[in-house]
Amino acid sequence: MQELEHILDEALKQFAAVGQAVELEQVKACYLGKEGRLTGLLKGLGKLSAEERPAAGVRINQVKQAIESALQQRRDAIQQKQLQQKLAAEALDVTLPGRGMGIGGLHPVTRTLERIENLFHSLGFAVASGPEIESDFYNFTALNIPENHPARAMHDTFYIDGQHVLRTHTSPVQIHYMENNVPPLKIISPGRVYRFDSDATHSPMFHQVEGLWVDENISFANLKGVVQNFLQRFFERDDLQVRFRPSFFPFTEPSAEMDMSWNGGWLEIGGCGMVHPNVLKHVNIDSEKYLGFAFGLGVERLAMLRYGVADLRLFYEGDLRFLKQFN
Amino acid sequence: MKFSENWLRTWINPALSSAELAHQLTMSGLEVEALEPVAPAFNDVVVAEVLEVVKHPNADRLNICQVNVGEAQPLAIVCGAANVSTGVKVPCARIGAVLPGNFVIRQAKVRNVESFGMLCSAKELGLAAESAGLWLLPADAPVGQSLRDYLELDDTLFTLKLTPNRSDCLGVAGLAREVAAITDDKVNGVQITPVAPNLTDAFAVRVEAAAACPLYCGRIVRGVNAAAAAPVWMVRRLERSGVRSISAVVDITNYVMLELGQPMHAFDLTKLCGGIVVRHARNGEQLALLNGQTVELNDDILVIADDAQPLALAGIMGGAGSGVETDTRDVFLESAFFTPDAIAGKARNLALSTDSSHRFERGVDFAATRMALERATQLLLEICGGQAGVITEARGELPARAPILLRTSHVARVLGITLDNVQTAALLQRLQFEFEQQGNDFRVIPPSYRFDLTIEADLVEELARIFGYDNIPALPPQVEATMLPQTEMRRSLASLRQIMVARDYQETISYAFLDAETERNVCANTTPVTIKNPIATQLAVMRSSLLGGLIGALRTNTARKQARVRLFETGACFTGEGYGQQDRLAGVCYGAQLAEQWGVAERSVDFFDVKADVEALFAPAKLSFVKAPHPASHPGKSAQIIWQGQAAGWLGELHPQWLQQYDMAQTVVWFEVDLVALTQAAVPHAGEISKFPPVRRDLAVVVDESMEVQTLLDAMQSENAPNVVELALFDLYRGKGVEGGKKSLAFRVLLQDTQKTLTDVDIDQSIARLLAVLQQQGAQLRM
Repeated sequence: MQELEHILDEALKQFAAVGQAVELEQVKACYLGKEGRLTGLLKGLGKLSAEERPAAGVRINQVKQAIESALQQRRDAIQQKQLQQKLAAEALDVTLPGRGMGIGGLHPVTRTLERIENLFHSLGFAVASGPEIESDFYNFTALNIPENHPARAMHDTFYIDGQHVLRTHTSPVQIHYMENNVPPLKIISPGRVYRFDSDATHSPMFHQVEGLWVDENISFANLKGVVQNFLQRFFERDDLQVRFRPSFFPFTEPSAEMDMSWNGGWLEIGGCGMVHPNVLKHVNIDSEKYLGFAFGLGVERLAMLRYGVADLRLFYEGDLRFLKQFN
Repeated sequence: MKFSENWLRTWINPALSSAELAHQLTMSGLEVEALEPVAPAFNDVVVAEVLEVVKHPNADRLNICQVNVGEAQPLAIVCGAANVSTGVKVPCARIGAVLPGNFVIRQAKVRNVESFGMLCSAKELGLAAESAGLWLLPADAPVGQSLRDYLELDDTLFTLKLTPNRSDCLGVAGLAREVAAITDDKVNGVQITPVAPNLTDAFAVRVEAAAACPLYCGRIVRGVNAAAAAPVWMVRRLERSGVRSISAVVDITNYVMLELGQPMHAFDLTKLCGGIVVRHARNGEQLALLNGQTVELNDDILVIADDAQPLALAGIMGGAGSGVETDTRDVFLESAFFTPDAIAGKARNLALSTDSSHRFERGVDFAATRMALERATQLLLEICGGQAGVITEARGELPARAPILLRTSHVARVLGITLDNVQTAALLQRLQFEFEQQGNDFRVIPPSYRFDLTIEADLVEELARIFGYDNIPALPPQVEATMLPQTEMRRSLASLRQIMVARDYQETISYAFLDAETERNVCANTTPVTIKNPIATQLAVMRSSLLGGLIGALRTNTARKQARVRLFETGACFTGEGYGQQDRLAGVCYGAQLAEQWGVAERSVDFFDVKADVEALFAPAKLSFVKAPHPASHPGKSAQIIWQGQAAGWLGELHPQWLQQYDMAQTVVWFEVDLVALTQAAVPHAGEISKFPPVRRDLAVVVDESMEVQTLLDAMQSENAPNVVELALFDLYRGKGVEGGKKSLAFRVLLQDTQKTLTDVDIDQSIARLLAVLQQQGAQLRM
C-alpha cells in the first residue's frame, strides 16, 4: 500500500512538471495506460486473498480517481494557459484609426431649412413648392403688385423676358397653393429666390421660407404667436424677444417687419402680415369668411446667426473647409 | 427721406429725445434707418474776428494773431494756418474748449509765445474730412456767438426708410402730422395765408389730359430778383435734407416740396409761348431736360407744354429751355396734381428718378396743391421780391374719397384683440381721419394725402399701428388638431441627402446661374435660358444641369489643394421650353476612392465606385445602365441611367478635354439623376420566407471582351429558370488561362424553393437552362 501512496505522489509531481498537452498524455499513459503502473496494480488484485482484495481494490480506485482528477485539472490549466498566450498574441493596437469610407455632411443652409421644416411640421404645416422662373403675374400681379407700382422697385428683379422673372420671393407659392387647395391651409414653402444685389450681406441668390395659414379664425395675434414660437424654438432660447413693426407689403394688410433681439440690439428677420383681401380675391377665397397670415423668413440670416457665419458669400463658394464645419 | 430734426420740431415738438422720437417713428412704421448728429460734440468754440497778424519771432510758419472773440480784450493766439489774414472771421476754440477726439484746448507756450486758444479748421471741428487751412466764416458772422448756435449745429439728421405707401410723409408737414398721431400731440406748423395778388395778370392754362392731371394751379410773379441769395436757414434745411442749393427760385420750389410734399416748378415766363397746355406727348417729340439729357417722347408720357412745344416732363423734370435763370425777371409758378397712374413707371422707363416723380407716383395731397402755390409765392416775394398775379386753376375730377366701412367686430377678428368703440374712435381721431359712427360701425373718409387707404384692412392696420403692434399679444392659434398626411409612396429629399452624406459626399449649393461657356461645354447647351440683366457675364444663363456648378465648386477646392473632393447638390435645372424646371440630384468625385489611410492601398475613384453610389440612392429599385455618349463624359465611360424603362440620369467620367480645361489633375466621376424618379417609392409587401436551404452554383464562362455583362444577366433572367432566386456576377478575370480579347465572367446562382429541399435533378435542370442561354450568347463554359 505504501507503493500506492508513492505512485500518487509521483504522478502529481510529474503532472505538475509538464507544460504541454502531448507530454501530459504521455505521462498519463505511465499510470493509467495499458502498461501503466496503476493498471498493473489492478491486474495484480487477483493474486490477493479474498479477504484482502476488496480493501485493496477500493484503495487502488481511490488513487486512480485522484490521479484522473489531477490529470483533468492539469489539462484545463494547460489549455487555459495556451488560450491566454494565444489571446495575448492576437491583441490589437486599438488606437489605430478605423478604416473605410468616411462621412459627408449637409450644407448649413440645408441644415437650417430642415430644422425650419421640422419645427413647422410639428405644428402641422405642409411643405409646398413652386417654380423659380416665375411669371410676372405670380411674382407680382397676383400678389397685389400691379405693373408700375413703386413696390416693384423694392425688388431688384432679374428678368428672363417681358413676362418672366426669377422669382424675387417665395410668396408666389402662396398663390399657386391657394389656387389648387381650399382652406383651411397651412403651408410653408422654402426655396431659392433671386435679387439683383451682391455684396457681403446680399447674395444674388438666397433662400426664403414663406409661411401661410388661412383659416376662419386666424388673427394677427396668432401670427405673432407662431413666429415668436418658431424663433424661440429655432434658436432654443425661450427668452428670445420678437418685435413686430408696421411695414408695407402689397400682399399683406396689416403688414409687419419682424425683428429679433440679438446681442442687445434688434435684427430684421423677415416680413409678415395678414393676407391682403385682394390676394384672397385673386384665388377665389372668401375674405369675409377666411383670414390668413403669411410670413417670409430669410434662411441665410437664420443660418448665419445660428452657426456664427460672418460672410454670406461663404455659403456659395463650395469650399470644403467651410462646409465641413457643419458636419 | 432725410430731414433735420430741428426743422421738424418747428412743426411739432414732442417731449421726446431724438432717440425716443426715432424709436417711436420706427415702431409706427416709419423706419428710422440712421440717426446722426449734424456735428460731433465740441464746446466753447465761438465766431472770432482776426484783428491783427504778426509773424512769430521764433518760427517762420507761425503767426501771432490778435483775435476778437467778443470780449473786452482780444486774445493772442498763435496760428500756423496759411490762410489766416487780418479781418477774416473764423471759429475760435477758447481755453477749456473740448474738440472732437477729446482734444482739450489749454493755454500754452508755442515757441516761447503764450497762446490763448486755437483758430480752427472745419476738419478740426469734425465737420469735414479734409480742410485746407482755417474755416473762413461769412463776413456777417456775429463775433462772439457760439459757433454751434450760429450754424445751428445742435441738430440731428434723421434718415427714414419710407415704405412706398407713405408718400404723405415725404414732407416735414406730413411727418409732423404723423408724429402728432403717434404721440397724441398737436402740430404747430407754419401759417400759410393766401397772397393777395397785386397784378391782374393770369396765364392761360389748358388741361387736355384731365384724367392724368385733375388739378393744375399756376401764377405769374413779375419783377423778381432771381439772383437774390437764398436765406441761410433755407439753404441749411435743404442741405440737411440732402438737396443742394442752386438759386433762390429753385431753392424755394425745392423747399416747398420738402416742407409740404408738393413738387413745384418755376418757368421763366418770357420763354413761354402762348399758354400752358397739359397734354400727352406726341410720338417722336423731343425734349431737352434740365439734367442735359434729351429724351424722345411718346403718347404715354404727360408733358407740360406751351402753344409751341413741350416744356417739361409733367411731375418728373423740367426742360432745359424754359427754366428760371439768374437774369429771369418774370416767373410762372406751377403747382399741380398728377395722378400716380399717370406718373408711375414713366420716369423709370426714361431711366430717370427725381424727387418729384418719386412723390407723384406714390401720391401727393391734392387738397394742398393750391396752398403749396401760396406758400411758394409768399417765400418768393419775401426773398426775391416781385409782384404776384392771380392764380389760374384748372380743376377736373379729383380722386374720389369713398367712405370705408370699419366694423369693430372685424377689427377684433383680424387683430385678435378687442378694441371697443370708444378706443376705435379715439384712434381715428388721433389719425385725424374724418368718420361717422353708427353703432359698432364706422364710416371713415380717407384723407386726401393717403393713397393707401381703400379697404377695411387698410384701416385695421392704421388702428393697430397707432394702438401699437407691441400691445397686441402673441397667441397660439386655436384650431382642431389633425395630423398631416404622410405618404410612403415617396421618399423625402432629406432622406436622399442622408444617403449621400452616409456615402461620404459633402453637400454644396451653387448659384442657379452660371456662364454660357460652361453650359455649352459640359451640357452642349447652346440655347440656355438667359437672364436679360445678369449681375455679371459669368452669371448670365440658367443652368440646365447641376454639373456646371459642381465643377465650379470642385475647382474652388482643387485650387485650394484639396486632393480628394466628393460633392453633391440638389436643385432645379432649367430648360428653354416654357421655362420648365426639373429637380435633380448630382454628384462629383475627385481623387482617391477612400481617404488616405493605413491598411488600404490608395486608388483613384472610378466609374464603378460611383455607380454603386447611384445604385444605393435608388435602392431597392433596380437600375440599368446603357452605354451612351454625353458631352461632359469620356465617350467610352459614359452611361445613361435607366429606371423603370425610362431615362433617369447620367453617369460618367469627365472627358479628358474638360479635365484639362478645368485644371483637374485627376479623374472626375460624376452623375446626375432625376429627383422625380428618385423620390418614388413603394410600400413594401412581405412574402414567404423559405424554410429550405438555398443552394449555390457558380457558372464561369468566357466571352468576347465586347460582351456586356448586362446582356448575359438579362438573358439568364428572362429564361425564368425554376427556383432561381438570385443571379449575380461575382468575378471578372482577364489574363493567364483566358485568351486575348476574351474575359472570364463568374456568376453566382442561388436556387431555392419554398416548398421542398431541391434535388440534384432540379438544380441541374435549371443550371443547364442558364448555361444554354449563355452559350446562345456566344459564351463558353470555362473548365
